[in-house]
Amino acid sequence: MNARLLPYILILPVTLFLCLFFLYPFVLVAAQAFTTGDGFSLENFREVVGYWKFPISLKNTLLLAAAVVPVQLALALLMATMVNRMRRGRDLVLYIWTIPLGISDLAAGMIWLAIFEQSGFLNTILGAVGAIDRPVNFLSYQHMGVVFLAIALAEIWRATAIMLVILVAGIGLIPKEYYEAAEVFGAGPWQRFRRITLPLLRPSLQTALVLRVILAFEVFAVVAALGGTLFPVLMSETYAYQFDLLDSGAAAAMALIILAISIASTLVILRVLRVPKGASI
Amino acid sequence: MSFRCHVAGVVSAVAIGLSATGAQADILFWSTQAKPVEEAQAMREQVLSGFSGGVDYQPNDGGPWLTRLKAELESGTGTIGVLGALHGDFAALDPDDLIDLDDLGVKAASETFNTLARLGTDHMQYVPWMQASYIMAANRKALEYLPEGADINALTYDQLIEWAANVHEATGEPKFGFPAGPKGLKHRFFQGYLYPSFTNGVVRTFASDDAVVAWEKMRELWSHTNPASTNFSFMQEQLLSGDAWIVFDHTSRLAQAFNERPDEFVAFPAPAGPKGRGFMPVLAGLAIPRTAPDVEASKELVRYMMRPETQIATLRATNFFPVVDVDLPDDLPPAVKAAGDAIARMSAAPDANPGLLPAGLGDKGGDFNRVFVDTFERIVLAGQDIRAVLDEQKQRLAQIMQETGAPCWAPDAPSEGACPVE
Repeated sequence: MNARLLPYILILPVTLFLCLFFLYPFVLVAAQAFTTGDGFSLENFREVVGYWKFPISLKNTLLLAAAVVPVQLALALLMATMVNRMRRGRDLVLYIWTIPLGISDLAAGMIWLAIFEQSGFLNTILGAVGAIDRPVNFLSYQHMGVVFLAIALAEIWRATAIMLVILVAGIGLIPKEYYEAAEVFGAGPWQRFRRITLPLLRPSLQTALVLRVILAFEVFAVVAALGGTLFPVLMSETYAYQFDLLDSGAAAAMALIILAISIASTLVILRVLRVPKGASI
Repeated sequence: MSFRCHVAGVVSAVAIGLSATGAQADILFWSTQAKPVEEAQAMREQVLSGFSGGVDYQPNDGGPWLTRLKAELESGTGTIGVLGALHGDFAALDPDDLIDLDDLGVKAASETFNTLARLGTDHMQYVPWMQASYIMAANRKALEYLPEGADINALTYDQLIEWAANVHEATGEPKFGFPAGPKGLKHRFFQGYLYPSFTNGVVRTFASDDAVVAWEKMRELWSHTNPASTNFSFMQEQLLSGDAWIVFDHTSRLAQAFNERPDEFVAFPAPAGPKGRGFMPVLAGLAIPRTAPDVEASKELVRYMMRPETQIATLRATNFFPVVDVDLPDDLPPAVKAAGDAIARMSAAPDANPGLLPAGLGDKGGDFNRVFVDTFERIVLAGQDIRAVLDEQKQRLAQIMQETGAPCWAPDAPSEGACPVE
């Protein structure tokens, strides 16, 4: 086997797989979004953007991402630092913290629905301690703030682990010598975290944020379970175009809009958290 | 083709490969009806077991149902033998993709249904299979709060609102239940009940002054409606749980309540407005796609489904009523009796104002429904100005009617060409 060719041969199956199941459908979706019955047109985009729910679903999606991602980032950093300091039981704690990662989004939504619904756990507890006389319907159109909060909580609970895993790996890569040197010079824990951990964690932060933000724009099942039609997001509108209205062109246009938002935010994150040339660990 | 379609296409291709090797002789009955597990099982064990050939009954949601069907039609070869779906599902298909069924020798007793089944062509594109409707149901505990002098079998919208208000006041909780959830059939209430009862039309009168009154009444009713209704899709659940005492829904979405606790609930006709007692049938049909592997066997299955005894077995399994003339036996489940009585009273009422299912909308059926759902969400949930919302939604409705060219259906007065929004 030619040693120079080997790497290419090894990545060939994956490349083929991606071309067949990602690139090819993507081209088809793009073509579908930009055509109607009579050739190239922007009609699909005009339709989905002109629909009165579009600004609402766009706002909801962005708000949710803006509320959820920073909290998750802070939590994941805290948890990663804690795990890193542990001498015993580190693996056990990591496993437990990553359990939500193994649960499907819809199941996660259902779990939180069981907590918040009218006959759910929260109502039972509040009733038992005498805080309320009768069950309150938290997830109704009258309490949009609670609906938002419930969705945000479920998202935080479900998807913080994915950032945690990436950050734990990143922290593990930072050489211990830096910390020892800092301690010698009298840097406190907060200083060490700010001056060593954070800067050297940049590449991992980049990956974690990009992944998480893209997932946040694609949020769907948790919202569907907790908010129903009360809380429209971009993905639920896409679903409605494809399966309720049977309008694949409009659904494809929505998918491309989500893609554009994802790419834009990825570029911003990459730019803001860029690692200066030659400044690797 | 979207990405989903492709994945589904590949999955179904694999499924086709597997099923082709598994059971070659079975006719694949691909249906959007009788989806709940118990109903699907009853279809297999009690309805289809009497058919001489083997049948593989597979119910599915509308989306996947259509995706697989389209994949088969596009590839030109298929495994689906018989399609079972609602009138609206068939209306969204190209009639050329369905085999003409005029020579089958079976049809519905109602000529209206047979006309609908032609889908605007000269030939039967599907055979009417079974029917249902939407009715009201109530917990017996609510009966004592009926307004004075009100007859439960001849209620008006005003009396219904008063009744819901009485219950609200007495129990301290809004107990009217309305299927406004994501999978709920709320749009049918507006199209077949509210609009005909108040405006004697659906499309022509969409933004009329009568329609403004109708939505005002809807708002009033909503103020006594359990606000969790935006999560309700099958009102039998809320009847059984006690979250709602007075409800509106599809007969088969109320059946479980009557079958489980027949003595606790009553079924009754929909209320009447100034323009009569509007109500609407639900019609399901059977069709054969042009890609069916064995058309003769499929036709045989359709004939079998239309036999009176099969129709009665289907009624027991699904709570959908026969479309052919049959003598109903006495030992029917409680839900069937209750719903049957309510529908009979509704259609026999002196002020009955039956509407038809939307017809001629083709694949715009979903868009048509969305106009009504959006109007509801804006007026009732978001509290926007009725006149302004109607004037805005009216343009979308007019656009759909223009694009499809669908003529008016009852109770709208007939039109030449596309039904106008006045």
